[in-house]
Amino acid sequence: MDKERIDQIIDKHHSDPSSLIQILLDIQAEHHWLPKEALEQISERLQVPMTRVQHIATFYKAFSLVPKGRHQIHICMGTACHVRGASRVLDTVEGLTGIKPGETDLDLKFSLETVNCLGCCALGPVLEIDGKTHGKMAPVQTADVLKNYD
Amino acid sequence: MARINSPAELEAFRSNLISGRDPNKTCITLCSGSACHASGSREVAASIEEEIRKQGLEGEVELRRTGCHGFCERGPIIVIRPDDICYFQIKPEDVPEIISETIRQKKIIERLLYTDPITNEKIIQESEIPFYKNQGRLVFGSNVQIDPKSIDDYLALGGYSGLSKALSQMSPEGVLEEVRTSNLRGRGGGGFPTGRKWAESRNAPGDMKYVIVNADEGDPGAYMDRSLLEGNPHSVLEGLIIGAYAIGSTQGYIYVRQEYPLAVQNVNIAIRQAEEYGFLGKNILGSGFDFTIDVHQGAGAFVCGESSALMTALEGKAGEPRPKYIHTAVKGVWDRPSVLNNVETWANVPLIINKGADWFTQYGTEKSKGTKIFSLVGKIANTGLVEVPMGVTLRDIIFKIGGGILGGKKFKAVQTGGPSGGCLPEELLDLEVGFDELSKAGSMMGSGGMIIMDEDTCMVDVARYFLNFLTDESCGKCVPCREGIRQMLKTLTNITQGKGKEGDIELLEQLAEVAGEAALCALGKSAPNPFLSTLKYFRDEYEAHIREKRCPALSCKELISFYIDPTRCQACMTCLRKCPSEAIIGAKRQIHVVDQDKCTKCGTCFEVCPSRFAAVKKISGEPVPPPIPEEARTIVRKSKEK
Amino acid sequence: MSEILLKIDGKEVKAREGMTVLEAAQRAGISIPTLCHHEKLEPYGACRLCIVEIDMRGWKKLVVSCLYPVAQDLVVTTKSEKINRIRKMIVELLLAHAPDAFDLQDLAREYGADRDRFEKESSFCIHCGLCVRYCAEVKKKHAVGFVNRGANREISFIPEVASKECWNCKECFPLCPTEALQAAYVLTEALMSHTRQ
Ligand SMILES: Cc1cc2nc3c(=O)[nH]c(=O)nc-3n(C[C@H](O)[C@H](O)[C@H](O)COP(=O)(O)O)c2cc1C
Ligand code: SF4
Ligand code: FES
Ligand code: FES
Repeated sequence: MDKERIDQIIDKHHSDPSSLIQILLDIQAEHHWLPKEALEQISERLQVPMTRVQHIATFYKAFSLVPKGRHQIHICMGTACHVRGASRVLDTVEGLTGIKPGETDLDLKFSLETVNCLGCCALGPVLEIDGKTHGKMAPVQTADVLKNYD
Repeated sequence: MARINSPAELEAFRSNLISGRDPNKTCITLCSGSACHASGSREVAASIEEEIRKQGLEGEVELRRTGCHGFCERGPIIVIRPDDICYFQIKPEDVPEIISETIRQKKIIERLLYTDPITNEKIIQESEIPFYKNQGRLVFGSNVQIDPKSIDDYLALGGYSGLSKALSQMSPEGVLEEVRTSNLRGRGGGGFPTGRKWAESRNAPGDMKYVIVNADEGDPGAYMDRSLLEGNPHSVLEGLIIGAYAIGSTQGYIYVRQEYPLAVQNVNIAIRQAEEYGFLGKNILGSGFDFTIDVHQGAGAFVCGESSALMTALEGKAGEPRPKYIHTAVKGVWDRPSVLNNVETWANVPLIINKGADWFTQYGTEKSKGTKIFSLVGKIANTGLVEVPMGVTLRDIIFKIGGGILGGKKFKAVQTGGPSGGCLPEELLDLEVGFDELSKAGSMMGSGGMIIMDEDTCMVDVARYFLNFLTDESCGKCVPCREGIRQMLKTLTNITQGKGKEGDIELLEQLAEVAGEAALCALGKSAPNPFLSTLKYFRDEYEAHIREKRCPALSCKELISFYIDPTRCQACMTCLRKCPSEAIIGAKRQIHVVDQDKCTKCGTCFEVCPSRFAAVKKISGEPVPPPIPEEARTIVRKSKEK
Repeated sequence: MSEILLKIDGKEVKAREGMTVLEAAQRAGISIPTLCHHEKLEPYGACRLCIVEIDMRGWKKLVVSCLYPVAQDLVVTTKSEKINRIRKMIVELLLAHAPDAFDLQDLAREYGADRDRFEKESSFCIHCGLCVRYCAEVKKKHAVGFVNRGANREISFIPEVASKECWNCKECFPLCPTEALQAAYVLTEALMSHTRQ
C-alpha cells in the first residue's frame, strides 16, 4: 500500500489520534493487512507512540499483521452454531487446510478465522467463504464446499 | 429535500407523504436482513424486479426491501400487501408464479404458505402464525413495514413524532421524568434503570456530555441489536436524540461492530437523511437544540461492549476497562459525563415519549416493564427473533412461539445472558422472564440471547465453550480474569477429555470465587456464571465425566466411540463411502466395522446410516465391544434365508 | 483540602480527600500487599492483591485499595478469611508463570500459597505493567508496551525506540517483581533482531 493512500486515509480522519482505530480499519479493509511501515507512518502522523499502535493492532480481532490468503474462511463459533456442531466443521476445515484459526496457509490460498454469530443461526452451523454463507454444514458438506475453491 | 424547521412543518410533510401513498397499491415486502441474504433474498429481489417488468406491472406493484421479519427459520419471507398474504422460503423460481397468480389474479399459492405443524392447516396471514401470534412486537414490529434506507417509510408510520413532542411540548426534565416513571431498564446487560443513569449524567458537572449507542452486540449467539439497527435505524436515532435533549448532550456516538457491515451502512444512511431533514444538526425542529452523531466502528473485541472499555475504545485506544470507582455517567469518554445505552433501550425511548409512561408500564411485570427481544436459537424448531412482554414464561417462548425442540428431541436447558449468563433446566421452564427472575435463578437477562439445548448437548462442554470464548476475549489486564479463567478453562477441558480428577470441581469453585469477587470488570466477574449455573443444575454430568469418564450427552469427542451394531448393519456401504477418515472396514455383504484407531469421531457414519437400520451407535463410559470375527461378517440376506 | 476520618482494621485513620485507601493505610502503618502499585505511577488495579473489604454504612463490598478513594466514616478491613483466600489464589496463579520470583515467594509464605498448585508455564512476566507504565508515564519514551489480549497478552519492546533509549536507561529493570528476567530477555531479543535486519 503506498504512502500517499495512507496519508489520504489519515487526512480523511483529520489526523485525529482518537480516530486511530478507524484509520487502521480503513487500511485493513483496503489492503487486507497492516504492514509495519503503515503502522510507523500512522504513529508518526498522529503523534501516537508506536506501543499504542502495536497494542491496538494486536488487541482487536479485525486486524492482521500478515498478508491474508486468497480466500477467507470464517467459521461461526457462536453459541447456536456450537450446540449444533460447529466444532466438527472447524475440525474438518483444519484437517483439510492444515491451518488453525488466525493462520494462512503457505500457498496463500486460505485464511481461517472463527467468528461469533453471523446472524444466520437458523442455518447453523454456518461457514462463510469470501462473504458467501454456507449453512447446515456437517463434515461431508464442508469438504464438498472447500473443493470449489482454488 | 428542504429542511423541516418546526413540528408543524413535520406534520404537514407527514400528511402530504401519507396522502401520496395509496394504501391499496400492491406492495411486496421482502425481508432483506442479514439472515435472509444468506438464504438468498438478494436473488429473490432481483427476480421480483425482473418479473414486475416482464409482466408489465411497473408502477402498479412496489417492491420494498425491509429489515428482518424475525422468522429467520423460514426466510426469505415476502408479505404481499394490502391483503397481507405471507409466503415463506421463496426461491427465485417461485417468483414468476407469485406475480402471475397471486398479484394478478389474487390466487393463493398453497405450497408457499405456512403450514401449522400441529393442525396441518395452511395459514395465509403472518399475524395468524403461532410464531407471530404469541409475540408482542412494540419495538420490532415496524421492521416488517419499513425500508431501512427510506426515512419517508419511517415518517409515514409516525416516525420522529416522539422527538417533535419532546422538543416542542416537554422540558428536558419532563422527558427525563417520563423515562424515569416508565421504569425502563437497560436492555444490554444488567437492567440498570435508564432514567436513573440519565439523571446522574444530567446532574454531573460539565458542559460537554455524550450519549452513546452500544451496538457492539458481543453475545456470541444473539443478533437482535443487529436486526434492529439494520432494519429500523431511525428508531434508534430518534431515541438517541431525545435522550441527548434530556441529558443536555450535543454529541452522540454509535459504537457498532465492524462485523455488521449492513448495520454500519444503514445507520450511516439514516444519519445523513436525518441531517438532511433537520432532525440532526443545528436548531432541530426550530427548538434551538443542536445535536450531531458520529459512527465509530468496533474492531472486534467482546470486552469493548463493557461500558468503560467501550469508552476507552472511542478515544482510540485498546479497549481495556477502566479501573475506576466512578460511574461513566459522571466520568466517561474523555472524563466527561457519558450515557451509554443498548440499541434496544434507545429504540424504546420514542415509544415511551410518544405514548407515555402509563402506556409503557401496562406491559411487563412489576419490576420489568415493557417487552424484550430475544434471539431464539440453537436446537429450536422456529429459530428467529421474538419480542414478548416481560413476564411471559420460558415455556411459552420455547414451545408456543419457538415450536418446541428441533427434530422431536428432548429439551435439556436454555442458556440466557450470553457468556455472563447461565443455563436453566427443565424444572425452571415456568419461570417468568424478567431481569430479577433470571438473575435469581443463576442466569441473567443479558442482551437477549436465548439458546436452546437438547439432550445431545453436554453441559460441561457448554461451560467449557464459554470459558474458552472468554479466555480469548478477556482484555488480559487483571490477574483473576486472565489467569483465573485460563485455569478454569484448562480444568474444564481436562474434564471433557476424560482427564478430570477428584477435586476439580472444588478447584473450579475456588477459581470462580476469585474471579467473581476480585476481577476488575464485569467480564471477569461474571465469567464463572456459565460454570456455576451448569454445576448447580447439572452436577451429575460433571460427576459422570470425572468419575466414570462418561459423557451422558454422548457429545464429548474424547469420551465417546462410534460402534456399528453387527446385528443391525445391513452392509449398505453408505457410511463406508462417506467416512472422511476411511475408518470403516467392510465391503458389500460384509458387516461394517469401525477401525477405532483411525476414527476421528466426526460422527458422519452416525448421521448417514439410514434410519431404518440405525446401526451406528455412540457409546460412552464403557469399552467398545470387540469387532466380530471376520468369518462371521458375511450377511446372508433374510429373503434368501426363508 | 478537607480532612477525612475513616477506620482501617479498627484503627482511626486520618486522610486527605482524593487519597486512596491504600495511601491512607500506608501512612497509618498498616500494610496491604501490592504488586502492580507504584507511587510514581497512575493507579492501575491489575494484580488485585491489595483487595480489601469496605463497609459504607452497612453496605459491604470488596474493592481494590490502590484505587478506592477514602471517604468519611468508611470502615475498611484489610484481612479476613475471604481476603486471604483470594490473595492466596492470586499468588498461586502468578507462581505458575514466575515460580522463582522473590516477591512472589515472600507472598506465598505469608498467605500459605502452594507454589505448585498450577502447572508451570514459566513466562516470567506477570503483567504488572510496571515497566510499560514507567517507560510511558515517567520516562515518556514508550519503548515497551503490551501486545495481544487475554491469556496471550505479552510485553513487547519497539526495537527502533529500544535501541536508541534503553541501554542508557534500564530504570524499569529493578521495578520488575520477577527480577527483570523477562524485560531483559525480551529487550535483548528485540535489539538483536533489530541489528540483524
Ligand atoms: C464484557 C461485557 C460485554 C458487554 N457487551 C455488551 C454489548 O455487546 N451490548 C450492550 O448493549 N451491552 C453490553 N454490555 C453491557 C454494557 O456494559 C452496558 O451495561 C450497557 O450497554 C448499558 O446499556 P443499557 O443500560 O441500555 O443496558 C456488556 C458488558 C460486559 C461486562
Ligand atoms: S476482568 Fe478481564 S476483561 Fe475485565 S479488566 Fe480484568 S482482565 Fe480485563
Ligand atoms: S451462532 Fe452461528 S450464525 Fe448465529
Ligand atoms: S496493587 Fe492494587 S491492584 Fe495491584
